[in-house]
Formats: sequence, C-alpha cells, structure tokens
Amino acid sequence: MRHIISVILENEAGALSRVAGLFSQRGFNIESLTVAKTNDMNLSRMTIVSSGSDRELEQIVKQLNKLIEVIKVSDLTSQDHVERELMLVKISSILKDGIDLKELVEIFGCKVVDVTEKIYTIEVSGKTKKINAFLDAFDAANIIEVSRTGVTGISRGKKII
Amino acid sequence: MKLNGAQILIHCLQKEGVKHIFGYPGGAVLHIYDALEAQDDITHVLVRHEQGAAHGADGYARANGMPGVVLVTSGPGITNAVTGIATAHMDSIPMVVISGQVPSPLIGMDAFQEVDATGITRSCVKHNFLIRDISEVASTVKKAFYIATTGRPGPVVIDIPKDITIAEMEMEEYPETIEMRSYKPTTKASNRQIRKAAELIANSERPIFYSGGGCVIGNASKELRELTRMLGFPITQTLMGLGAYPGTDKLSLGMLGMHGTYEANMAMHDSDCVVAIGSRFDDRITGNIEKFCPTAKFIHIDIDPSQISKNVVADIPIVGQTKQVLQALIDELKDKKHADISKWWSRINEWRKVDSLAYTKKSGVIKPQTVIEMLYEVTKGKAIVTSDVGQHQMWAAQYYLFDEPRQWINSGGLGTMGFGLPAAMGAKIAMPDRDVACVTGEGSIQMMLQELSTMLQYSTPVKIINLNNGYLGMVRQWQEFFYEKRYAMSYMDALPDFVKLAESYGHVGIKVEKESDLKSALVEAFKQKDRTVFLDILTDPSENVFPMIPAGGAHCDMLLAGDQMVSKDETDFNAV
Repeated sequence: MRHIISVILENEAGALSRVAGLFSQRGFNIESLTVAKTNDMNLSRMTIVSSGSDRELEQIVKQLNKLIEVIKVSDLTSQDHVERELMLVKISSILKDGIDLKELVEIFGCKVVDVTEKIYTIEVSGKTKKINAFLDAFDAANIIEVSRTGVTGISRGKKII
Repeated sequence: MKLNGAQILIHCLQKEGVKHIFGYPGGAVLHIYDALEAQDDITHVLVRHEQGAAHGADGYARANGMPGVVLVTSGPGITNAVTGIATAHMDSIPMVVISGQVPSPLIGMDAFQEVDATGITRSCVKHNFLIRDISEVASTVKKAFYIATTGRPGPVVIDIPKDITIAEMEMEEYPETIEMRSYKPTTKASNRQIRKAAELIANSERPIFYSGGGCVIGNASKELRELTRMLGFPITQTLMGLGAYPGTDKLSLGMLGMHGTYEANMAMHDSDCVVAIGSRFDDRITGNIEKFCPTAKFIHIDIDPSQISKNVVADIPIVGQTKQVLQALIDELKDKKHADISKWWSRINEWRKVDSLAYTKKSGVIKPQTVIEMLYEVTKGKAIVTSDVGQHQMWAAQYYLFDEPRQWINSGGLGTMGFGLPAAMGAKIAMPDRDVACVTGEGSIQMMLQELSTMLQYSTPVKIINLNNGYLGMVRQWQEFFYEKRYAMSYMDALPDFVKLAESYGHVGIKVEKESDLKSALVEAFKQKDRTVFLDILTDPSENVFPMIPAGGAHCDMLLAGDQMVSKDETDFNAV
C-alpha cells in the first residue's frame, strides 16, 4: 500500500543522506522524496512516498524515528490530509487532430508558463493521479520533457505533526 | 585562556572521565597527539592497526561498561577502523571514535588521505558528526558521549578537520548536561504493558525466559536473577547474553539457537509464553521463522522500539530499559499467584537427559571441547573470556559456564574474525586484576596478530588459547554437511610456528599436542601472571559443533553429535 510519510528533522548537513541511506540500507521502497526548510529555519520537512505492507511501514517509521536528527515522523495516509505534486512539462505545439491544448489546460486547471515557436511549457499541480491523467491525454511523442517534484502533503485542520 | 581545537578536544575527553584511548597517529591528528602528550590523565594505547584500536576500545567497553574511545587519522586510519566500528554497532557497544580529517578547505578536493568518513561510517554508527567550526568542538563531544551511552548504546564518530585542531578560541566551561530536542531515549516503560505482561506470565503453563545482550549492556543481571528465581522459570540465554544469568544455575538451560542446547531449543519450541528480555530474535536464534515457537505468545522487552515486531510480532511489547522493566515485573508478580509449572519442568528435565553437549573422546587427539572444559577448571570459571569467530567461539560459549555478566566477550552480531585478541587486550586494560583468556583459532588469530606487539608494550598479559585444527573449522563443517565434503579453501596449508612467533613478540609460547599435557600447560600459563602466554593447542580437525539446527530448520529439528537427527513432529505441543 502507498504511504505518504512526513518527517520533521533538524536542518543539518548530512541529514538527507541519512534518510536516503536508511531506505536503501534496509531495502525499503522509495517512490519520491521532497525536502525543504520549514518556517523554523533550523528544521526541514521531508515528505516521502513509499509502499509496503503495514509491518514494513511500521519498521520504516521506527527506523526513521531512530535517526538522531529526526524529531517527528507521521504517516499522513492514515489521517485526513491534503497532498499535492507539481509538474513542469514541455509539450510540442504540433498536436494530433482533436487535441486542444487550451481546452486541456482549462479542464485540468493548469497554467501555460512559457511559449516558444514549437513548445509550450505547462505548470500542473494536484494529486499524483491528476498529473498522470494530464500526461495521458497526450501522445507520448508530444511530451518533450517532464520535471515532477514528487508529493508533498500536510494534515488537515488543527492537527500538526 | 585561549586553547586550540586539539587542546579543547582533549580537555573535553578528560571532563568525560576518559582514562584510556586506543589509537594510531597520522598527519591529520598530529595536533591532537601533541595535546595528548601534554597531559597525564588519559593513557594512550598505541595499537599496530586501527582495527585493533576499535576492537581494543570495544573489549574495554564490554568489560567495564565505560564507553571505549578511539583516535585515528583521516583516510586509511578511519577506513581501517570501520570493521571495528561496525562490530561495536551490531552489538550495541558504547564507543566514541575521533577521526582526523583533511583541513576544511581541502574537503572534497580528493586531498591526500581524504575519505568521506561520515559517509563511509553512516550505516554502521549510531550517529556521526563532521565538525565545521572550533566553537562546535565541546558541544559535539558532549553530544557524542551522550548519544553513545544512552538508550540503546552504540558507536559515534566525530570527524574533525585538521584546521579546526589548530584554530584557537577562549575555552568555555564544558557543558554538564545536554538537551537535544531530536534525541530523547525512551526510558520509562508503560505500566499498562507491565501489568498485561505480568498477567500473561502468571497464567502461562510452559513459560521460558529468553534473555540477550540487553541484560548485560543494560546492567540488568541482578533483576534478571531475582525475577527468574522468584518465579522458578526456565531461562535460556543468547550468545550475547551469557553470564547475565549464571550458567551453572539449575534454572539455566544454556544457550539457544543454531548451536543451542537440546533442552533450550525444545523448550522454546513448545513454550506457550516466551519472554524476550533485551534480545532481538536474530536469525541465528529463530532458525526458520515460520516454524519458530508455534504455540507461544511473545512478550518483548527492549529499549529500542525498532526491534519490536521486526522479526517476530510481539503480543505484548514493552519499550524500556531491561533493568527497570524487570524490576517493575518483580514488583507486579511478587504477590501474584501463578500457574503450576512442575509438569513443564519434568518435560524439560527429560530433554536434559539427552545430554546434547556430550562428546566422545578419541585417543591420540585433543577434543576442543575438552580444552574449554579444562580452561574452565583451571580458571575456576572466573576468567574473562574473549573469543574470535567460528567453531571455537561456539565451544567456548557452550562449555565455559559464565556466571557473571561482562565475563564473556565476543563479536555476536557482525561475527568479526580478528576481534578476540585486541578485545582481550582492551578487557585486560579495563580489568587489570582479572585473568583474561582469548579463545581463538589459527584462522582468526592471524587476522589481528600484530596486536601481540601492543600487548608487550603495555604489559597486558592475556592467555591465548589457540584451538589449532588446521581448518577454518566452521566453514569446513558447513562444507561437510551441505557441500558434499568439498572443502574449498577451508584448509590452511602453511601455518606459522606459533610458539616461535609468540616468542619473537616477546611472549611465552607453548605447544600442546597431547591431552595429557593440556592441564599442566594451562596451569603453567595462568601461573605466569605478568606474561602473555600463547598456547598453541593441536585439536581434532574433524570435530564439529553440535547441536546444530540446519538452515531452514525449526527448533525441534536438531542435528546432534554422532550425526543423529532428531525431529519431533509427532509430539503433542499441548501435552504439558
């Protein structure tokens, strides 16, 4: 099962490599990882998407908690949460008949952020499924380049991790 | 007063109460050595190889419970120490390793003797630090000792660039305590869990205690004895736990697992309540996990939450220090009525009659088991025994009945050949009044032989019991059983004359070829209080370690001496 794990950790050199190293060392699966500072400059927040059984997830959470720099670990999937991913994608302007780029941009609520003679650069944000659906709307040959951030997430309402 | 980084570092180590450092100098740590030379509180032990420094500090820590301290240079200095650090990590030994690093501006430039020390050690330490500024030296040392010695202990590496040891600043007071928001080792176990565990224990009809290294490192021996005796429960101990409960006691079933006794493994297999105390269900304990303790409920006591339900799902997990949890269980169970287990004991006593550690002597050869039994007799069971890794390690664990914790020192988790000799040296430095024996084999001893030289320089008299059978015995044993006797690379054709070798290092060497000479040689060795004595004992090359659970086997499938296979599928588990 897919899990979104949120990790609050000290913003120290080497902390990222410790987390990444833990996943490879223990054979845990890692689909995406995003990391940046929080409103507290000394803290980073990392969002990891992983998949595995409940028992594997329990080990992942425990092993993450064991890292000295880690302050808090939370499985967002087990609670009410919001998740988003950002994608920048370059699409060839020469499209197959029947595909209207402007219409798709409108339907998916995304933005055209750059246009050159032959290429549109589009910004898409949303759940992973939506981003995948946007890409699926095009012929593979029309997709020139993709850059995705991976998922970030936050719990809803008053609850903070 | 202004001090340089090296002086601050040494000052901090003094404040931490460090008495011994095991190390080896080199370019990046010359300032540290200069500062070390200018003081008398800390004795530096100059090893002959950095791996020996790490094992020496490890043996020291295991013997007296103080954190071991290692000082090595950058590059090959720290890479040589890695095996020793990983050994300590696997067995949760408190250790602080200080490694020199190339000057900060050269980091990442592939400078002479540069390696990424924090990167290389990351997966085999509890934590590591790269110091970036002289102002961080004192707080980093404080954190390192705090992390290494609290919670589940482990090694911590401090990598310190050379320019930081040269820079100067006003020395501030060394912090008395430290608070880290990201590191709060759990100490207090939940009362609710204790009560639940007590309930299960009291109602169990076929209980067994299975205790491990956590009872030794957690100094829980007293409580373990009290609880076990109060309840009259059978107890089996892991390789790492031996001695926490006395091996000679009538409640002790000996070691369990791959080379555990028949009664210990059978009792585990048939138990209805396994109480794991500071043990981690390692694969050498469980064998085939699918067939492990099929009728048991598990109570798992461990300081490290990540150990719980890692290999075996715990019915009642208790996170806390073994010492405190056992005390809480004593209090909870003191006035509780518990189920009658006399039938359980009569079954266990039947299994004991199998006498699974019996072996047959052969005329003309010395049996390795006899050597350990005689070592036990000559030292009256009181010596600190270290071992290397292989058959000799198992025989030492099976036949030397340890009655005290910290008496048995071996590399259980990583299984590091070469550990025994430097660990014995470290143990002797920690406990100078105790007899220290290193049980080893001709394979293992050759991995760290050079430390014989250190042992002369620092007068650390150790008795080396070399069970010399000419083979890498454990490899040979597996090849005999599982590779149709194809003995690939397990025979060493050219061995040194160990007697001459010991003598050339300034020690005493004695060769023993006949069983009739064995006892007098051992007596002679231990009589020479001030000398390291190397006993090169030629033992039966064909001897195997029994009992043995073959890979994939259950605890009830054991291979006993004389190639007798026992299996008990027909037995009724519930027939108490």
